[in-house]
Amino acid sequence: MSEAAPQGQQPSAQEPQDPAPSGDAAPAASPPGDVLRAEHIAKRYGAVTALTDINLHLGRGEVLGLLGDNGAGKSTLMKILCGFQPADAGRIVLEGSEVTFKSVDHARSLGIDTVYQDLALVNQLSVYHNLFLNREVTRWPLLANGKMRKLARQYLDEMGINIPSVDSDVAALSGGQRQAIAVARAVHSNAKILLLDEPLAAMGAKEAAIILDLVRDLKNKGQVSVIIIAHNYGQALEICDRVNLLQHGEITFDKQSADTSVEELNDIVIAEYRRAALERQRTA
Amino acid sequence: MSDTVQRAPGVTGGKPAGSAGRNGGLGQLGRAGRLLLQQREATVFLVVVLLILYFGYINSNGRGVFFTRLDLINLSQIAAPIMIIAYGEVLLLICGEIDLSVGFIYAFAPFVMHFLAAYYGVPGILAIIFAIILVGGGVGLINGFLTVTLRLPSFITTLGTGFILGGLILTTGHGEQATIDASVQGIGKYLGTLGWAEFIWAAGLLVVFHLLLRRTRWGLHTIAVGGNATGAREAGINIARIKYGNFMITGVLGAFVGIQISFQTQVVDTFSGGAAYQPMFYAVAAAVIGGTAMLGGSGTMIGAFLGGAVLAVLTDGFDVIGVSAYPLEIFFGGAILIAMIANVQFARLRGQGRVK
Repeated sequence: MSEAAPQGQQPSAQEPQDPAPSGDAAPAASPPGDVLRAEHIAKRYGAVTALTDINLHLGRGEVLGLLGDNGAGKSTLMKILCGFQPADAGRIVLEGSEVTFKSVDHARSLGIDTVYQDLALVNQLSVYHNLFLNREVTRWPLLANGKMRKLARQYLDEMGINIPSVDSDVAALSGGQRQAIAVARAVHSNAKILLLDEPLAAMGAKEAAIILDLVRDLKNKGQVSVIIIAHNYGQALEICDRVNLLQHGEITFDKQSADTSVEELNDIVIAEYRRAALERQRTA
Repeated sequence: MSDTVQRAPGVTGGKPAGSAGRNGGLGQLGRAGRLLLQQREATVFLVVVLLILYFGYINSNGRGVFFTRLDLINLSQIAAPIMIIAYGEVLLLICGEIDLSVGFIYAFAPFVMHFLAAYYGVPGILAIIFAIILVGGGVGLINGFLTVTLRLPSFITTLGTGFILGGLILTTGHGEQATIDASVQGIGKYLGTLGWAEFIWAAGLLVVFHLLLRRTRWGLHTIAVGGNATGAREAGINIARIKYGNFMITGVLGAFVGIQISFQTQVVDTFSGGAAYQPMFYAVAAAVIGGTAMLGGSGTMIGAFLGGAVLAVLTDGFDVIGVSAYPLEIFFGGAILIAMIANVQFARLRGQGRVK
C-alpha cells in the first residue's frame, strides 16, 4: 500500500463536517473556533477510577497546557483523545461533529497526532525511517528510501533540528534529539491537532529549549492546535495560551496563562494535598 | 552520532585517497578492513571461507575432494533447506517470535501432496501448490492465532502444533514411507530432483527476502514490531497482521522445503521420533549464527544465508574428512558455539569502534 508524502493533502472524504449547517440540531453545539471538545469523559481501570468527568475544549490555533500531579489522569486523557483507548463514558466533538475513534490510525486520519511520552521511536531504525514510520513513501513494492532521506533532511533543517545524519540509528541520539524527531514526525503528518505527552520530561535546559522553540514556531504559524502535558508550570505558562489543571480525574482549573502564575498553580496543588492529608488524618 | 562523522570520510574518501598515491595505500587497507568489520555479516562470511579452505585443502588427504562437482552439489543440497527455512525464522525472530513447528510442516506437506496426487487425482502442480498453501499457510495461521490472538508464547504454541503435526503424520502414514507419485515427478525436477535446483531456489529467495526485509514496509514494520512493540502500536502499525503474516510465511517456506526434499530423496518420509525438529534447529541456528538477535529487532537474510552455509560446510566437511558419525555432533556443537562467540565478540569490537 503506497501512501502520500506527509506533506500531501488530507483526503477530503476524511474532513470533518463544518459545524455551521448542523449546529442548531446538535444538542451541545460547540462555540465557533473550538476545534476539539471532550465532554463528560470517564475512564476506569478495574477498581481504579482514572477519569471521573472531564470537560475540555481546545480553540483553533491554541496551545493548551494540561497540568497536574502524577496519577491525576493526564496520560489516560491523552490516550483517549488520540484514539489509543476508548473512554467508558462521554463524547468527543471534533470540529462540531461527534466522533468515536476506532484506533490511533483512525484518529490520525481525522487530523489528530500524538507524541507519546515514550516517543514511539524504534532504536534499530534510522532517523528517516522513524520519521516516516507507518507513513512511508513507497514506489510499490519497495520503499522510496532516497526520497524519504531527502525529505527527512529537509524537514529537520526547516525545523532547525540539528542531527548529523538522517542515516544514523536513533539509538545513537540524545534525549532532546529523539524528542525533536518525534515532534517532527507528528508535525509533518499534516496534523491539525497535536498532542504532546510530557515533551519536556527528563530533558536538559538546552534540549527543552529546542522543544519549546518548536512549539512556539508551530504556534506562530497558527495552523496547528496543540495540547501539551507538562510538569513544569513555568515552562507551561511560557508557551501555552491557556492552562488546565487536572486533579483526581477532573479539570479543576481553567485560565489564560496571562491571568495566572506559577505561584497560584502551586498554591492550588499544595492546598489540595494539605486538604487530602488532613482528611486522611481525620478518618484514621 | 560520532560514528557517522567518523564513518563518512571512510565511505566517501575511498576514491580520492586511492588516486592520491602510494602513501594512502596502507591507510586505505585499514579503512577497508574497518569497513568490512562494520558489516554485520562480514565475520560469518570470513568463517565460511576459512571453513571451506580448511576442509577443502588442508584436511582432505591432498585430493581436494571437497571441491569436486559432486560434493559441491551435495554441499548445496545440505545448505539450501537450512537457508530457506532460516529466512522465515529470521522474520519471526526479528518480530519477537519463533516457530518450532516448521520441521513438522516440512514433514507434513509432502504427505498432503502425496494424498492429493495419489488418492484424489489432483493434477501434479495443483497438488504441490495446495499442499504448500494448506499446510504451510494453514499451520502458520493457527500458530498466529494461538500466539497473537490467544496470547500464548510462540515457543509453547509451536511446540504444541509441532507435536500434533508429528502425530498426524504418523497416524495417517501408518509410520511408513511412500514413494513419490508419478503424476508430480515432472515438476519435481525444478524443485529438487535436479542437482542444483534447491540451491538456485535458496539463492533466488535470498534476494526476495533480503528485499522484503530491507526495502519494503513489511520488513520495516517487522523490525519496528520487534524493536519497540509499544511504539509500533502507537505509530498505528497493525502488530497482529505482521506476526500472523510472518508465521504464515515461515510455514509456507517450511512446506516448500519439505516438498523439495521429498523430490530430492524421492520418498515421503514420516520423520518418526522427533527427527523433524532437526530442520528447525538448523534453521534457527543459521539465523542466530548470521547475527539475528533472539530478543528481536535485528537480523539479516544474508546472515542467515551465510549461517546456513557454515552449518552445511561443517556437516559435509566432517563427512568428507571421514570423522565418524558418533563424535560428529560434538564438533558440530563446538563449531556453532565458536561461530557465535566470534560473532558476539566482533559485534562488541564494532560497538567500541563506534563509541570512540
